[in-house]
Amino acid sequence: TKCVHLPPEVTATSRHYVDRLFDPDPQKVLQGVIDMKNAVIGNNKQKANLIVLGAVPRLLYLLQQGSSSSELRAECAVVLGSLAMGTENNIKSLVDCHIIPALLQGLLCPDLIFIEACLRCLRTVFISPVTPVQLLYTTPEHQTVLFNHGAIQNIAPLLISPSYKVRMQALKCFSVLAYENTQVSMTLVNVLVDEELLSQVFVRMMQRDQPIDMQLTAAKCLTYMCRAGAIRTDDSCIVLKTLPCLVRMCSKERLLEERVEGAETLAYLMEPDVELQRIASVTDHLVAMLADYFKYPSSVSAITDIKRLDHDLKHAHELRQAAFKLYASLGSNDEDIRKKITETENMMDRIVSGLSESSVKVRLAAVRCLHSLSRSVQQLRTSFHDHAVWKPLMKLLQNAPDEVLVMASSTLCNLLLEFSPSKEPILESGVIELLCSLTQSDSPALRVNGIWALMNMAFQADQKVKGEIVRALGTEQLFRLLSDPDSNVLMKTLGLLRNLLSTRPHIDQVMSSHGKQIMQAVTLILEGEHSIEVKEQTLCILANIADGNTAKELIMTNDDILQKIKYYMAHSNVKLQLAATFCISNLIWNEEDGSQERQDKLRELGFVDILHKLTQASDPNLCDRAKTAMQQYLA
Amino acid sequence: MAELGAGSLLLGDPAFNYQEAELNERLKRLYPAVNEDETPLPRSWSPKDKYSYIGLSQNNLRVHYKGHGKNHKDAASVRATHPIPAACGIYYFEVKIVSKGLDFLSSLLPLSPIPGWDKHSYGYHGDDGHSFCSSGTGQPYGPTFTTGDVIGCCVNLINNTCFYTKNGISLGVAFTDLPPNLYPTVGLQTPGEIVDANFGQQPFVFDIEDYMSEWRAKIHGMIARFPIGERLGEWQAVLQNMVSTYLVHHGYCATATAFARATETLIQEDQTSIKNRQRIQKLVLAGRVGEAIEATQQLYPGLLEHNPNLLFMLKCRQFVEMVNGTDSEVRCFSIRSPKSQDSYPGSPSLSPRHGATNPNLHSAGKGNTPSHLPIHLPSVDSEMEIEAEHYTNGVAENPSARIMNGTYKHQEILQAQDISLEDSCASRQLCGGNQAATERMIQFGRELQGLNEQLCREYGKNVTHKKMLQDAFSLLAYSDPWNCPVGQQLDPMQRENICSALNSAILESQNLPKQPPLMLALGQATECVQLMARVRSGSCSFARVDNFLH
Repeated sequence: TKCVHLPPEVTATSRHYVDRLFDPDPQKVLQGVIDMKNAVIGNNKQKANLIVLGAVPRLLYLLQQGSSSSELRAECAVVLGSLAMGTENNIKSLVDCHIIPALLQGLLCPDLIFIEACLRCLRTVFISPVTPVQLLYTTPEHQTVLFNHGAIQNIAPLLISPSYKVRMQALKCFSVLAYENTQVSMTLVNVLVDEELLSQVFVRMMQRDQPIDMQLTAAKCLTYMCRAGAIRTDDSCIVLKTLPCLVRMCSKERLLEERVEGAETLAYLMEPDVELQRIASVTDHLVAMLADYFKYPSSVSAITDIKRLDHDLKHAHELRQAAFKLYASLGSNDEDIRKKITETENMMDRIVSGLSESSVKVRLAAVRCLHSLSRSVQQLRTSFHDHAVWKPLMKLLQNAPDEVLVMASSTLCNLLLEFSPSKEPILESGVIELLCSLTQSDSPALRVNGIWALMNMAFQADQKVKGEIVRALGTEQLFRLLSDPDSNVLMKTLGLLRNLLSTRPHIDQVMSSHGKQIMQAVTLILEGEHSIEVKEQTLCILANIADGNTAKELIMTNDDILQKIKYYMAHSNVKLQLAATFCISNLIWNEEDGSQERQDKLRELGFVDILHKLTQASDPNLCDRAKTAMQQYLA
Repeated sequence: MAELGAGSLLLGDPAFNYQEAELNERLKRLYPAVNEDETPLPRSWSPKDKYSYIGLSQNNLRVHYKGHGKNHKDAASVRATHPIPAACGIYYFEVKIVSKGLDFLSSLLPLSPIPGWDKHSYGYHGDDGHSFCSSGTGQPYGPTFTTGDVIGCCVNLINNTCFYTKNGISLGVAFTDLPPNLYPTVGLQTPGEIVDANFGQQPFVFDIEDYMSEWRAKIHGMIARFPIGERLGEWQAVLQNMVSTYLVHHGYCATATAFARATETLIQEDQTSIKNRQRIQKLVLAGRVGEAIEATQQLYPGLLEHNPNLLFMLKCRQFVEMVNGTDSEVRCFSIRSPKSQDSYPGSPSLSPRHGATNPNLHSAGKGNTPSHLPIHLPSVDSEMEIEAEHYTNGVAENPSARIMNGTYKHQEILQAQDISLEDSCASRQLCGGNQAATERMIQFGRELQGLNEQLCREYGKNVTHKKMLQDAFSLLAYSDPWNCPVGQQLDPMQRENICSALNSAILESQNLPKQPPLMLALGQATECVQLMARVRSGSCSFARVDNFLH
């Protein structure tokens, strides 16, 4: 049944074993399995042969069949365990055949001998480095299953076992169960171990004279419980114990792996909380301590020792990405911390070179760090410009995995803000095409960032840039974006339109070439089911159009649009009323050509009555706006 | 304590006394290696060592500024009563900013005898978060601090560094290569500034004990990993010898033989000699000192003649035991028939019980008084009734070099009952309540007096002897000697000193070491650790000998 490339004489004997598994006589099947067991012990070739010949699915079938005798089921498990003892390829094949769920199911059987065989086999499979341990419990479903089966109550007492190994394994188990799981975390905080709260047990495990592994894992547990909302971020066990413990893990004295895990966990702990970021930034010189992460390996090892070199490089990457992540988290809110980070020795240079590193992980972390720092107006004006970070950033945008692209383009958005001195050189580098291609991405995040960057770019831009944007993006794509299912994309596209339609000559020019489509899109949005913000933005676009010289007519001649403006002037939402009133005010402005005709037409359509009413509005802005508009009629 | 007495101590204030007790308790827990007789710990600010702009209140713990505060020249400081002793290992104190002026300044560590921040001082400024070290120019160090903040300062005397804390968070190393003998200090500069110190009066905001535990673990790890390498074989022989000589010294004959057999080593002393010593020791510990003297004279002729001081001590003890009613010279008069020696099979365990009857023993762990350290001996054979015993350390510092013979826990119910009979109040009568015995005792007392006079003539006056004799005779002045000011002497545990003195004397006369090498090593280690404190090696704080005895 399978394509087998084995010498016939080898297959013959092996095939015989497999064939016997299909015998209709259960007794003969049992004997066959027992013979197979004896044949494979210590014989890697035989094991490989049997796997290739498809013994595993049959054995699994027999193992799972309720009609199989318990003896047969146990023997099947033993053979599978024996197969697992072979090469790593054997284990991969077994895992691919879904051996794990079958064996786990076997644990529910009342037969102890069978259970033991299943456990033995599971153990062999899981101690192999090729088996991802996550298969057991990392997904939220696994966490829930374990939770529902009383994992917490059963494992908690093991935390005070006299054996260090047992305590450690129990602790590790909790760290995996609690990760991003509110249900588990909420339960954990109330668990008592020997009349002591679990969080206190974890705090004790973080004491400085405990083994580092235990301190670190206990800190992880508390971090996950905190992030899942089970422990407040200002709880002393977080502020005075977990955070300092994780900072200690970043110290030079710790092993490389510990420093990496410590930094990553700390970054995760304080990500959403500015107060924790502030505390961490002054704890034990953390910001300076992290600079050491870039100094590994300290001496270049001899090229001859390839293995060592490989090891060093791998660790160097891990250290750098962890440091970038932690810097990113530290600087995500507080301006002073960002300043402290950029003032750290060679920091900007390190980020710049991190952006072009071979490791994707490092590149991603570096761009995250850059993104975090780019939220600072001051840094955009100074260090970002001094180090020309836009250059490697642009290079990164040419070819990178999506997650890197998201971060990089988001950073680019900030670099394109009007006060950023990098805006000019970026424009000159021909970024528009790139951004336009981002707007066609399948990823909503990339579409948002692409259009957002264009929006920022169009802000107060000259006619040439605006023309280039419209040309490069193409009206078709622009209108496709206006019907984008993602409301963020829609909002930024409207923002782009609004920026394109700023000063009067620009308005007239854009409207003369794309007026028809724009008016259509505006109508559609105003008619559609959209949020207040989207409608407000759309009305603002109309107000801009109404400010043009020739563009005005596109509204004045469109009764449908005029009716809609009228409708929004009487809307219950003040923001929409204000935007609509603004639009009318622009249309009837006195000093412009043809204002008299427009005033007359709008009076006929009943706008004066509405304006009159609005002068009585309770909102002072709206009231003022309406009064100003009314004055146009009086003049 | 004494330092606080200057002016502001309100005696009899219960709140203060309570705080004082808590302070003592905390300081003892934090700095167990510090001998406050030699190097007192800082407990308050010094009213003598301060600028006139500084005011002190609240038992010299609160500092307020009363100067003009116009410029840097108006800055003022105060230091603690004492420098930080090196034996602390790790020292910590905190300051709470109660009220802040415009330009707060806190200098925490000047060295100079006259406080000031220009020379040899170390500090952390609240207004700019800078640290400064011996000079005027500050370095960026930590965050700024203000009213309500608690600032701590930790001096690590092991690696001579210092770090500060803010509200329980460590800010990282501020200074390295610190000189010794630093004083906790605080400096102020603006009117209205008030700070409160906490030298241990209250729990600290920062978990200093956790920090200490890390260093304790580090130092213990260093000791545990100390390389012995190729000398491993030698070490084994040394250790075996230590165990063997210890067993022999105390006369654990059967155990020593078994140990020697198992380790294929030799015992220097012959079996009979060990057994003889064991027998004599049992007699002393059972309070039958007269018999012990007799046995010694018989087995080791000339020994006591050459040691008149020892003989006198023994006789004094014999007198005390007569009062007690335990010595055979008075026991033979007692109502109960005298017990033959054979009825005391495991007599070392007959000796005194340690417990509430002797409070002295357990409080003896401080300073140079030897503390009792339990050593578990494996019970090798059935003859070894003793499963555990207490031992004294610090042998080397005792000039008379008596080796304590260990003190014994009673494990055997049978004998414990026997003793409780003897100790019970009903039977506690002078010389067992027997008239003839009392007369024998009086007569013995006269002989003892005579011996003393004879010794005085031969060797000159001996103050110790005189005191010993006085104490012993004083017992007779009270109707209930067991509950009188000198009643302590009747405690069976008092036999141990004389017992070990006798044992050492016998061993010396046989040209054997008068101390077991184990006790020498222990005494030397203890002495070394104390020496470390004196030469300001901070790690002594975490290398306590008693940490290694279980």
